[in-house]
Amino acid sequence: MAREESIAERVDRLELPFNEFGVDPYGISKKHLVLASSAMAFLYRYYFRVRCYGIEHVPKRGRAMLVGNHSGGYAVDGAMVVTSMFLEMNPPRLAQAMAEKFLNKFPIASLWTNRTGQFTGLPEHAHRLLEDDRLLMIFPEGARGTAKLYRERYSLVDFGTGFIRLALQTRTPIVPVGILGGGTAVPTVANLYRLGRLFGVPYIPVTPYLLPLPLPAPVELHYGEPLTFTGTGDEDDDVITGYVEQVKSSIAGLIEHGRELRHRRRES
Amino acid sequence: MRVLILGIAGGIARRLATRLLEAGHEVLGLDVRPWSSAPEGIELHQVDVRKRAAEDVFRRRRPDAVIHMATVTALSVRGGERGRINLDGTKAVFDHCRDYGVKQVLFVGRHTFYGAAPDSPLYHTEDEPPRALEKVPELADLVAADLYAATALWRMPEMITAVLRLVYTLGAPGTGTLASFLRGKRVPMVLGYDPLFHMLQEEDVITALQLALEKRVRGIFNVAGPPPVPFSVIIRETGRTPVPLPEPLLARLLGRFGFPRLSQGTLSHIKYPIVVDAQRFREATGFRYAHDEGRIIRIFRESSPAPGAEW
Repeated sequence: MAREESIAERVDRLELPFNEFGVDPYGISKKHLVLASSAMAFLYRYYFRVRCYGIEHVPKRGRAMLVGNHSGGYAVDGAMVVTSMFLEMNPPRLAQAMAEKFLNKFPIASLWTNRTGQFTGLPEHAHRLLEDDRLLMIFPEGARGTAKLYRERYSLVDFGTGFIRLALQTRTPIVPVGILGGGTAVPTVANLYRLGRLFGVPYIPVTPYLLPLPLPAPVELHYGEPLTFTGTGDEDDDVITGYVEQVKSSIAGLIEHGRELRHRRRES
Repeated sequence: MRVLILGIAGGIARRLATRLLEAGHEVLGLDVRPWSSAPEGIELHQVDVRKRAAEDVFRRRRPDAVIHMATVTALSVRGGERGRINLDGTKAVFDHCRDYGVKQVLFVGRHTFYGAAPDSPLYHTEDEPPRALEKVPELADLVAADLYAATALWRMPEMITAVLRLVYTLGAPGTGTLASFLRGKRVPMVLGYDPLFHMLQEEDVITALQLALEKRVRGIFNVAGPPPVPFSVIIRETGRTPVPLPEPLLARLLGRFGFPRLSQGTLSHIKYPIVVDAQRFREATGFRYAHDEGRIIRIFRESSPAPGAEW
């Protein structure tokens, strides 16, 4: 019960413009945040036993973009990043993901993603939220990133470039995040694309134990120093690609650093 | 200013007419429906806007400004007649405005123009196309009327045309689309969905229309007030009980066993939100709403309390 109360208190301390019904102008609801955060906090603390490093790099206020690598067959990584912002920051911040389009089509998923601020990944949404000084979470690898198999878990697939143009247009600092452990939590050996299409999702991940449920593998989050690029967002592709590479190598560095730390921990 | 209001017998139009009269305008009105309690000083013509007699009003009275509110939704008029009122009526209005030297036209449209779809942005801006029309075919004629009205911006550049897309009205008389969803004691919802609803109190609607007229705005504008509120919150706070039902079941129950007679298309409007960005209108007119979302809901709850145990 004490735990429950502290989650509600943290929700109260979120610096969002809630109205008298506990709802903000985007429909984010305190009631739903308390319930969702309580469940996520349990997973964060006791199931994935998340270790979080470098949280001081995330701006306390104002617009910012968390850009990370996808780790795991579905949104375990994103959920843990959002939860770390909520549990580890002071005051807590609500990270808002740019979710896959299919989620909003399903009952329940539509309701909960919308009430907790996890909106469909549309450029209009990203723009508006950043102009409103929110904290955005972006995985530029997209669904190709979650589709990484177990053996590819430390690799990065191609990054999209839209997030850099968005950051330039809205003058938003980028906080790189290296995420480890999601690939072990959901050890995907294959992805069923055709079956997924039948259900209206991009694919269904298959694990050695068949069910796509996550194992209690420890997850690590490494936040790096913010990167700020200046420009208008109308630059040529090669300029943009250069910036994307900088972000990508920063994330790769954080992942590498995380693996070294893990090795050292194991040896000692 | 000599202002002609089309559809003056409607609830909002009556109050707008009264307000404009009080503000010192000369107010004329046209409607097929009667308005017996109209205040002294408002000149009424009980005639269909598509009829010859309506044109005579334009010719003889030469209004400076026309406010076109004579469009109807599927809730009030069914079938082909609705399309004729909305489209032939709107064409007649703009033709007469051009022919008889009207200087300013306000087309009072609806924010449902944008459609409710799972993959559209939450806040719609004026440059977006209408979406998900195939889901709600009974809205097609209103969308077409809105787009047709906007063609006046280039077809009749000498005239100041404003196309206004207003959010749902919720107020004391308890009429309108949103109020019709809230008619019963129990309000059906689609299980697993809880869209945001954007609403404006009647008094604020009238203020917005008066400002659009007096500031002589030109272009297309979303008109909204306080931030949107989830459907479930509106239902609860107006003293009703939300009843979430799976979509296939709810679709079958509509119009039966005392369930509200909503069209199948309307179901998409209680699954996905239609919310608009009204910044452009605020900047052009300086409009500020007087009733926030809490007050709108309380006024509605007091004036339209939940009825007995019926749906």
